[in-house]
Amino acid sequence: MARAKSAPQKSAKKPGRPPKSVKASAVNDRPAHSDMLQMYYDMVLIRRFEEKAGQLYGMGEIGGFCHLYIGQEAVVVGMQSVAEDIDSIVTSYRDHGHMLACGMDAGGVMAELTGRADGYSKGKGGSMHMFSREKNFYGGHGIVAAQVPIGAGLAFAHKYKGDGGVNMAYLGDGAVNQGQVYETFNMAALWELPVIFVIENNQYAMGTAVPRAAAGTDLCDRGKAYGIPGMQVDGMDVLAVRTAAEQALAHCRSGKGPFILEMKTYRYRGHSMSDPAKYRTRDEVDAMRKQHDPIDQLRDLLLREGADEAELKALDTKAKSIVSEATDFALESPLPDPSALYTDILIEDIA
Amino acid sequence: MTIEIKMPALSPTMTEGRLSRWLVAIGDEVRSGDVIAEIETDKATMEVEAIDEGKIGALHVESGQDNVQVGVVIATLLEEGETDLSAAPSAPAASEETASNQDLAAIPATAEPVASAAAVIAPVLAPILAEPDWTGPTKTMTVREALRDAMAEEMRKDDRVFVMGEEVAEYQGAYKVTQGLLDEFSDKRVIDTPITEHGFAGLGVGAAFGELRPIVEFMTFNFSMQAIDQIINSAAKTLYMSGGQMGCPIVFRGPNGAASRVAAQHSQCFASWYAHCPGLKVVSPWSAADAKGLLKAAIRDPNPVIFLENEVMYGQSFEVPDHDDWVVPIGKAKVLREGSDVTISAFSIMVGRALEAAEQLAAEGINAEVIDLRTIRPLDTETLLTSVRKTNRFVSCEEGFPFAGIGAELAMQVMDGAFDYLDAPVERVAGEDVPMPYAANLEKLALPQVDTIVAAAKRACFREGGL
Repeated sequence: MARAKSAPQKSAKKPGRPPKSVKASAVNDRPAHSDMLQMYYDMVLIRRFEEKAGQLYGMGEIGGFCHLYIGQEAVVVGMQSVAEDIDSIVTSYRDHGHMLACGMDAGGVMAELTGRADGYSKGKGGSMHMFSREKNFYGGHGIVAAQVPIGAGLAFAHKYKGDGGVNMAYLGDGAVNQGQVYETFNMAALWELPVIFVIENNQYAMGTAVPRAAAGTDLCDRGKAYGIPGMQVDGMDVLAVRTAAEQALAHCRSGKGPFILEMKTYRYRGHSMSDPAKYRTRDEVDAMRKQHDPIDQLRDLLLREGADEAELKALDTKAKSIVSEATDFALESPLPDPSALYTDILIEDIA
Repeated sequence: MTIEIKMPALSPTMTEGRLSRWLVAIGDEVRSGDVIAEIETDKATMEVEAIDEGKIGALHVESGQDNVQVGVVIATLLEEGETDLSAAPSAPAASEETASNQDLAAIPATAEPVASAAAVIAPVLAPILAEPDWTGPTKTMTVREALRDAMAEEMRKDDRVFVMGEEVAEYQGAYKVTQGLLDEFSDKRVIDTPITEHGFAGLGVGAAFGELRPIVEFMTFNFSMQAIDQIINSAAKTLYMSGGQMGCPIVFRGPNGAASRVAAQHSQCFASWYAHCPGLKVVSPWSAADAKGLLKAAIRDPNPVIFLENEVMYGQSFEVPDHDDWVVPIGKAKVLREGSDVTISAFSIMVGRALEAAEQLAAEGINAEVIDLRTIRPLDTETLLTSVRKTNRFVSCEEGFPFAGIGAELAMQVMDGAFDYLDAPVERVAGEDVPMPYAANLEKLALPQVDTIVAAAKRACFREGGL
């Protein structure tokens, strides 16, 4: 599989880094310039990737369900910007952004979207079901909230093995009304599992606005009965996300049990490609785009603080070119061999 | 008039127990509610309370006596004015009918997991050496002990193996299958969960993705329906959906099928439910040797394994190879009895009934071959078809519902692989197509008995009595 290189290089992470202040935007608390550029690039890469995925869907190259992450990029990028390599991630079906933020190869992800042999799941998983053991990315789960107990199980394994890792289990505002979420909150708190439940509140569970489905719309409070601390975060501000992530990771890594982060975010596109999104107005979407876009916000900040426009432009170009290469790779990759129908059902060799 | 106090059944499947100690002596006055004895069942030690008032006239069983059969008179109570201390007990309840209809003189003081006044209809079988190939030493042990030993041995060998479920640790297992594991392996590896099947099944799947080796106990498989999304959608399918990256080495185990008198929601066989799904292995042993060997194989297997036990079988004893690495491969059926006239297949508790049926058939000149499937998926069609090609007749036995059950699949397999060899239509013995009733007589009618199998085999052999 052709692995596109990501640019620029991430700054070295040191295990056990102490938590930083919760206050996000004070200038002297800012991440290093290289980290800021990395976050900018990561968000742009996801944006361009998702735009291309939408385009390929329209061309019939991608089938089935395809849930785009456009608008929500700051959440996973901010979280990953302070995660350690040992940490694990699990999410729902809106997973393309998470995979790219984990460092998974854009070509492999796109080839999976097009159902090709070089996809991460050899073309057998599709948009909603991709995994990378190498990057500690555990899916990609198609059943709403099923990933939540799985995340707690990964956290259980971190604790059992004593490897110092934390699991980040992402769920949406729709998933928070599933019973297994509370079963998981209970066990995670009871056993002090190192897991961050990252609620990506994009305000609509498919077509149902949060107040229409949730009694009590402060989703960060959903762990209160279990004593799980929760924090509401501006999920359109990557620096706020990063600061909250640092605090939550430090909490979990120090053995204090789970943490809930409610990321207030917004998806610009429909729930999936087949969703006309009639449940909200165009004005609402445009207002979010114009006033809160995570990429524009960071871009403006970088420029205000003296970043070189050409430097950002180079990152934009790089992202476009990675996506272009990934697309070529995905479209050139062969369909799975018919023999793949009957492989990977069971592991045959027993150790 | 004297009142007889009989050995009570303290669980639906209890047939006998140990009278650990008397808390009263001859001549003591007792009142209703007084604790008069401690009884150790196969699952727990429980207190027995007096129901009637009176004076203890006689104790017919000594403290510490083992194997006291349910229904046996253990004490005599004298009502006011009576003085006869030599009142003889009536004959112990010998038959199952007597036992199940007795008036219980005592009730348990604790009622978990399920306290029922019913006695059990359980086949009484002599210990059978389930592995004739084994020539080394054996020891007699119950299915329960065999399962426990399998887990303990694998946990000693592999630090990644842990067991979780409701009441598996401090309670020592709702059915005592995990007895002693907490003491040996600590609460890091033997974990009591809240009553939260969906959650802990999913948590187990995540731990398996995280390279641990969970054994998830369902108190009964009936409760696995709460968790079935995680079992099917997460455990079974992820390897395929990940292009082979994400194996899920997990065992879901617990009692399956009917126990005794626990009615529809607690009496169901899930063999066909789970066997339906690619990505799972489904194992359902009968003997203790297979229970041990197959559970060890399941724990070592890199795939998700559904391990269907049977509560009624837990207390039954078999000869088990005396070896700490006794592993039975998944996917191999076993011919328990060779015969030439008809093939009878069964799994789990039905194997005992199939063997009994074969005995009866032999007395009538029909030589039946009995196959214990042991694994439902992957099915050992080779052994099945080889047998049917020899006998030319086939009877499938299972306790579960008939419609879309294991028998339906076996009939298809036999038609597919041995159609030209068949001399008679395939016969299916299964539970009745009804939710399990509570009443003792209806429950018995709902479950396939030895006679049902005998009749089916006779039909297959075109013999009289095969109605």
